[in-house]
Amino acid sequence: MSDFVNEFWNWYVILIVLISIVACAVFLWTQSQARRGGPTTDTTGHVWDETLQEYNNPLPRWWMWLFYATVVFALVYVALYPALGRFPGVFNWSTANEHKKEVERVEAEIRPLFEKYLKMDLATVAADEDAMEMGGRLYQTYCMQCHGATAQGSRDKGYPNLTDKDWQWGGEPEQIIETITNGRIGMMPPYGGNPDAVGGEAGAKEIASYVRSLSGLSHNAELAAKGKERYAAVCIACHGPEGKGMTALGAPNLTDKVWLYGSSEAKIVETIVNGRNNQMPAWKDFLGEAKIHVLAAYVLGLSSGSVAK
Amino acid sequence: MATPQSQPVNTVGLYEKRRKVYARGVRGLFNNWRWIMVWLTQALFYGLCWLDWGDRQAVLFHLVERKFYIFGMVFWPQDAIYLAVLLVISAYLLFLVTAIGGRLFCGYACPQTVYTEIFMWIERKIEGDRPARMKLDAQPLSARKFRLKLVKHLLWAAVALWTGFTFVGYFTPIRELVASVGVFSLGGWEVFWIFFYSGFLYLMAGFMREQMCKYLCPYARFQSVMFDPDTLIIGYDPERGEPRGPRRKNADPAVSQGDCIDCGLCVQVCPTGIDIRKGLQLECIACAACIDACDEVMDKVKLPRGLIRYSTENALARHYSGRDIVVHLLRPRTLIYATILLLLVGATLWSLATRLPLKVDVIRDRATLYREADDEQIENVFQLHVMNTDEQPRRYAVAVAGIDGIKIVGETTLEVPAASSRNFVVVASVKDGAAPKGSSKIVFDVRALENDRIAVLEKSTFYMP
Repeated sequence: MSDFVNEFWNWYVILIVLISIVACAVFLWTQSQARRGGPTTDTTGHVWDETLQEYNNPLPRWWMWLFYATVVFALVYVALYPALGRFPGVFNWSTANEHKKEVERVEAEIRPLFEKYLKMDLATVAADEDAMEMGGRLYQTYCMQCHGATAQGSRDKGYPNLTDKDWQWGGEPEQIIETITNGRIGMMPPYGGNPDAVGGEAGAKEIASYVRSLSGLSHNAELAAKGKERYAAVCIACHGPEGKGMTALGAPNLTDKVWLYGSSEAKIVETIVNGRNNQMPAWKDFLGEAKIHVLAAYVLGLSSGSVAK
Repeated sequence: MATPQSQPVNTVGLYEKRRKVYARGVRGLFNNWRWIMVWLTQALFYGLCWLDWGDRQAVLFHLVERKFYIFGMVFWPQDAIYLAVLLVISAYLLFLVTAIGGRLFCGYACPQTVYTEIFMWIERKIEGDRPARMKLDAQPLSARKFRLKLVKHLLWAAVALWTGFTFVGYFTPIRELVASVGVFSLGGWEVFWIFFYSGFLYLMAGFMREQMCKYLCPYARFQSVMFDPDTLIIGYDPERGEPRGPRRKNADPAVSQGDCIDCGLCVQVCPTGIDIRKGLQLECIACAACIDACDEVMDKVKLPRGLIRYSTENALARHYSGRDIVVHLLRPRTLIYATILLLLVGATLWSLATRLPLKVDVIRDRATLYREADDEQIENVFQLHVMNTDEQPRRYAVAVAGIDGIKIVGETTLEVPAASSRNFVVVASVKDGAAPKGSSKIVFDVRALENDRIAVLEKSTFYMP
C-alpha cells in the first residue's frame, strides 16, 4: 500500500473505496421503495410460458437494517485497517508486523529452553536427555540434508561421517562449535597447486599408489616409490610429512580408513587432478549461539556413541 | 404474504415490517411426536458429552490435539475422508427422506424447530397462551409486564448459556470447562465460543424463529426443490372442506357445506404464520400443528378427522387410498436413492470396522542415493514415519523385502507411544550386484509385535550404483 509510484493512485484508490461504500448506501436507500403507476400489483410483472409469474413480496425489514449495518461496518473497517490508499489504518496493521510479532513471541518462548544449556560444557549437555532430543530435532531440520539421516555422511560426496572419531578440522568442543558457527571451506587445489611437480595424470597415479600404501591398501610398489618423492615435493605442505593431515587447514589424515570421496585409485587420482571443494555452511546467523551449543553437543554425543542414531 | 401497504398510491415499500407470529399452543399426535424428538435429540446433545470412555471423554472433537474421539474410534487428520463420506451420506439421506416425506426434518428434528419449541414453551408458561401474549404485548409497560418479560428472558438466557457451554464441551473436555468456570480461568476462545453460540441461540429461538426458515435456511430451499407429486406433504383437502363457513344447526341440506368451519385455528397454531388452506407453501415447515388443531376441532363437531392431513399432490388430485400412497412411495427415484445410500453406509461401516491403528510413510534420504559399506554392501537410508493411532503404546517389527538378501541394518524393533507418531531411521543393506543398476522396488513390512493383524506394507525404492 505504500508502493504507489504516483500520488494519483493513492487518491484513485481512496475515492473508489469511499464512493463505492457510499454508493451502496445510496442504492439501498433509493431501492427500498418502488414507484408504481396505478393500483399496486404483487407480481414483478413478467410472464413466462404464458402463465408463470413471480410474486414481488416485500422482504423483511431487518434485511434492510442488516444491509445498512454492513455499510457502517465497512466505514469503520476502512478507518481501522489499510484500505484507503496509503493510509495504514488506525491499527497500523500489516502482515509484515504480524509475522514479526509471531517470530518474537515464539523466540521468547523457545530461547530460555536453549539458553539454559549455554552455561554447561558440551560434555554435560551431551549427557542431558532432553538436550539430546532437542539436538536431534535440530539435526533433522538443518544437518540431515547433507550428513544423512544416520549422520554417517556420504562416502562419495564429501559429507563427513559425524559418528566416527575422525575430524577434518578437529574434534574438540570449541572446534566443533567453530565449524558449525562459521562454516568451513575445505579446498584442495588441483594437483595440490603444483601441476608440474605432480607430473600430470601419470604422476597422479604414482601419488595415488603411495597414498593407498599409507592406509595399508593394495598398491603398486614401484609406482608408490615414485609417488613418495612427488608427495614430498607437493602434498607434504598440507597433509604433513607422514600424511597425518593438518586440522588447522582441514587437510585430511591420509593414513586412516576414512575416505571422503572413496578409496579406489581412480577416485584418488580424480581428487588430485581436479581438486576438491568442500563447503560447510555457516550457521551463526541462522541458528544463534544457544542452538549451536546444543547442536554441537549432539554432534559430540554422536561420535562418542552416547547418542544412538 | 402480499398485504396491501398503507402508503401513498404511487410508492410501494419493498421491505415490510415483520408481523410477529403468536403461535397458539396445540395438542395432538404429531405434537407428541415432535416432543419425543425434542427429548431424544436434546438428551443426546446435553448428555453425550458427559459420558466417559476409559480415562477420557467418549465424544470429543479435540481440535488442539487434532484428534476426534467417538467412543472407541479415534479419527486423525488423515481420516478426513470419513468426513467427506459423511457429507455424501447426509446428502443422499436428505434426497431420500425429502423425496418420501417432504420436510420431515424441519418439523421434527431441526435444531431451529427444537429450540424454538423449547423457547415458545417457556414463553407460554410465563406469559400465557396466544390471546394472553397478544394482550400483554399490546399493553404499555407496567410492573407486571416488566416482571414477566424479565423472567422469560432470563430463562431463555439460561437455556442458551447452558447450550453454548455444552456445545463447547464437545471441543474441550466438559469437566475441565466446569472446573475452570469455578476458578474463573476459562480460556479466551472458550469464552468467545460459549457466548457466540449462546448469543445466536438466544437470537434465533427467541426472536428470529420463522424468519430463519423463511429467508435464511438453505436446507429449506433445497428441500422444496426435491419434492415431486408423490412426496408426502401437509395438505388441506379442498374437495372436502369447501365451501367453508360456519355451520348452522338448521341449515338447508340442499346447500352444499364444506367440512371446514373456518375456525381459523389452523392459522393460529402455525409457527410460520401461513394459511395451509391456500395449499403447499414455501414457508410451511411441515410441523403438522395444523393437522393436530384441525383434528381436535373435527372431533368437537363430530366430523371425520383428516381435513388437513399428510397426503401427496397426486393423492389429493386422484383420490388415492392409503395403500395407493404407500405404493407410490416406492418409485424409481426413492429406490435408487435408497440403494445408493445402503451401499455407501455399508461400505463406510465395513471400512471403519477394518481400520488398522497403524500408518506408515517411507521417506528416502535425499542427499545420498546410496552409499558403500564394508563387505561390498550397498546401503540406502530411509526414514520411517510410523503413526500409532491406537490408544495404547505399541512395539513394531520392521522388515524389508524385494531384493535377494536385502536386510535391515541395526535396530528392527520400533516403539511408538499411544496416539503418537515417531520418525525412525532405517538402513537397508544388500550385497553389491544383487539387483540391477538403478532403482528397484522394495517393500517395508511394519508389524505390531503383539498383534500380527496390525501390519502395513509400504512401498519404496532401492538405488544400486
